[in-house]
Amino acid sequence: MGDYIFNQNHLLGIDHLSDKDIDTILETAESFVEISTRDVKKVPALKGKTVVNLFFENSTRTRSSFEIAAKRLSADLINFNSSVSSLKKGESLRDTVLTLEAMNPNIIVIRHSASGSPHYLTTFARSSIVNAGDGFHEHPTQALLDALTMKQVFKTIRGLKVAIVGDILHSRVARSNIILHRKMGNEVSIIGPPSLVPREFEKMGAKVHHNIEEGVKNSDVVMMLRVQSERGAGNYFPSIREYRKHFAINKKVFAMAKKSAIIMHPGPINRDVEIDNTLADSDKSFILQQVTNGIAVRMAVLYLLKGDFNEPIN
Amino acid sequence: MSLLIKNGLVIDPSTGKDSVSDILIEKGLIKKVSEKIPEKGIKTIIDAGGCIVSPGFVDMHVHLREPGQENKETIETGMLAAAKGGFTSIACMPNTIPVNDNRSVTEYIISRSHEVGTVNVFPVAAISVGLDGVDITEMADLKEGGAKGFSDDGKCVMSADLIRKALEYTKMLNVPIIEHPEDHSISGEGQVNEGFISYKYGLRGMLSAAEEVIVARDIILQERINSLLHLTHISTAGSIDLIRNAKKKGIRVTSDVTPHHLLLTEELITSYNPVYKMKPPLRTEHDRQALIKALNDGTVDAIASDHAPHTFDEKDSEFEYAPFGVIGLETSFNVVYDRLVRKGILSVSKMIELFSTNPARIMGLDQRGVIEPGAHGDLTIFDPEKTFKIDNEKFVSKANNCPFHGWKGKGSVVYTITGGEIAYKA
Repeated sequence: MGDYIFNQNHLLGIDHLSDKDIDTILETAESFVEISTRDVKKVPALKGKTVVNLFFENSTRTRSSFEIAAKRLSADLINFNSSVSSLKKGESLRDTVLTLEAMNPNIIVIRHSASGSPHYLTTFARSSIVNAGDGFHEHPTQALLDALTMKQVFKTIRGLKVAIVGDILHSRVARSNIILHRKMGNEVSIIGPPSLVPREFEKMGAKVHHNIEEGVKNSDVVMMLRVQSERGAGNYFPSIREYRKHFAINKKVFAMAKKSAIIMHPGPINRDVEIDNTLADSDKSFILQQVTNGIAVRMAVLYLLKGDFNEPIN
Repeated sequence: MSLLIKNGLVIDPSTGKDSVSDILIEKGLIKKVSEKIPEKGIKTIIDAGGCIVSPGFVDMHVHLREPGQENKETIETGMLAAAKGGFTSIACMPNTIPVNDNRSVTEYIISRSHEVGTVNVFPVAAISVGLDGVDITEMADLKEGGAKGFSDDGKCVMSADLIRKALEYTKMLNVPIIEHPEDHSISGEGQVNEGFISYKYGLRGMLSAAEEVIVARDIILQERINSLLHLTHISTAGSIDLIRNAKKKGIRVTSDVTPHHLLLTEELITSYNPVYKMKPPLRTEHDRQALIKALNDGTVDAIASDHAPHTFDEKDSEFEYAPFGVIGLETSFNVVYDRLVRKGILSVSKMIELFSTNPARIMGLDQRGVIEPGAHGDLTIFDPEKTFKIDNEKFVSKANNCPFHGWKGKGSVVYTITGGEIAYKA
């Protein structure tokens, strides 16, 4: 590693990380995986630190995952949930955050439907900001937990071919994954109808496919995205029925991928919409392992941002 | 009341004048332009040695926010900003509260501007009642009340039938229809230019095509109607092609562009700073180059600021929730002079055409935009060597949502003279 040190103040997106930062987060997360299997699932690494979960979008899984991660590191955590609509009417985001910061937290984890909100916070906040998903922009901890899952399966996070299927246009998970895997030198295919997978995404280094069989061919990982049925209303595609026929993963399509390939999904899954029910529950599916890894990755992120590095983790 | 401006380099593209001359203004009108005018008996004398004397600048696209949104700007502060920026005349858009869709609002704006009295304010009234895009306003009455043009600016007239009727009806009034070209069914909830940057940064996009389909539609209607059609804040290379071809075919259409579209591109939005959020959005370098080229070949007739003041709190937010718009009255000349004229991209004479001659003609401002005996005593005097530094804290406008904060360069307004009175002095 040479002179490398992890010197990020915030986790705004994968875009801001170097490949070494990504390796460091994954290695740190690997060391945290075991903690969650213990009888006493707690280490003192963030003892005395305060983490605020500032969620402006409903998200039980990500919020819970950050909460458990913070608590297993012995941090104090408070949840601040607010709907965007009440925010728009009342207090500004700046005032909300300044009020919270008056209570001296160390880390603010923010989820917000407006892209760039975490970046905006860094222009005035004193805390470390962690992006837990901003609009259609990025969801860095999701891409990192996906990467950790792949690393556990393939023993490496390099030299892979990753296929991402679905609504790329509106997916922050897709963006963070494309950026991460391009940084690690992996091949990335993105697959969906042209209305949801614009050609311009090729400038991010991904290969665009509108035929799922071609797209998943020889992949190590097939990552399915949740289809938002309301997108049908925007005429991005005519119906779930037609979408399923062309872009759902089933055994026949999955057979195009490598024999060792795995299926991933950021959840929540729509059974028998984007993913065939039997595949979702098969031994090829790593969906639940992703959830488990979410805790280790978020522990790693919180620790690397604010942990006391002189104390041994264990 | 007399005012003598001595020793300035007088440049007036409409008369072809380009020489050092003195200008005498009496009772608000230009009395004499000649090499040496005796100083005897003249009340005020300005030595414009080393400076350029231009017919007064005209900004044909400004939002003054009054009545209704005086927290953003007032007629008074907007006029002060105009004077500071070298503008002797401004045309203000009708999206006030209430909308300027009836004669009493038009008359209020004019009477309030006369009370302030620094620069000329020419209201642009709404094309449709309430800017609702359904029924046309009482355009003849509004014109009698002082409206110099019609626009639903901020919104595009989405009904092709309504814009057709508005163009036809105003033929008898001889005032321009000013279109904000944006097909809202395409631009939708868009925040920024649609393309790689909007995709990567997860912001909803507005396709260039949203502008271009309206530009094309209006040109096709205008070809038959031959009214006065002006397309404002043009931002895409495709629109430029359409307008250039229309002009080549002899279709009567004019257009303006903003300094921010001439000088900035979409990469700036990657900071998520809402100061770069406006409609139309900042586009690509390809578009920017097309706009610059169009300034010189006559496709674009005017530079207009689209001065759109918002409060600090409104712009201090998540990108998506911030309102569209930037201010420009106090900076348009500085940035265009320094970055286009001084760089040799635009001649001084061409710049004056774009800032004065052409917008005065398009808005039908009689005896303005010209320096000759009998014309209004509206002049802008600028020093091409005087340095400027744009500072958000120093605007006389109420707002500070300016994307040029921190820019430095040369070329500053030293006097703005309206009707023979000094409206601004540096």
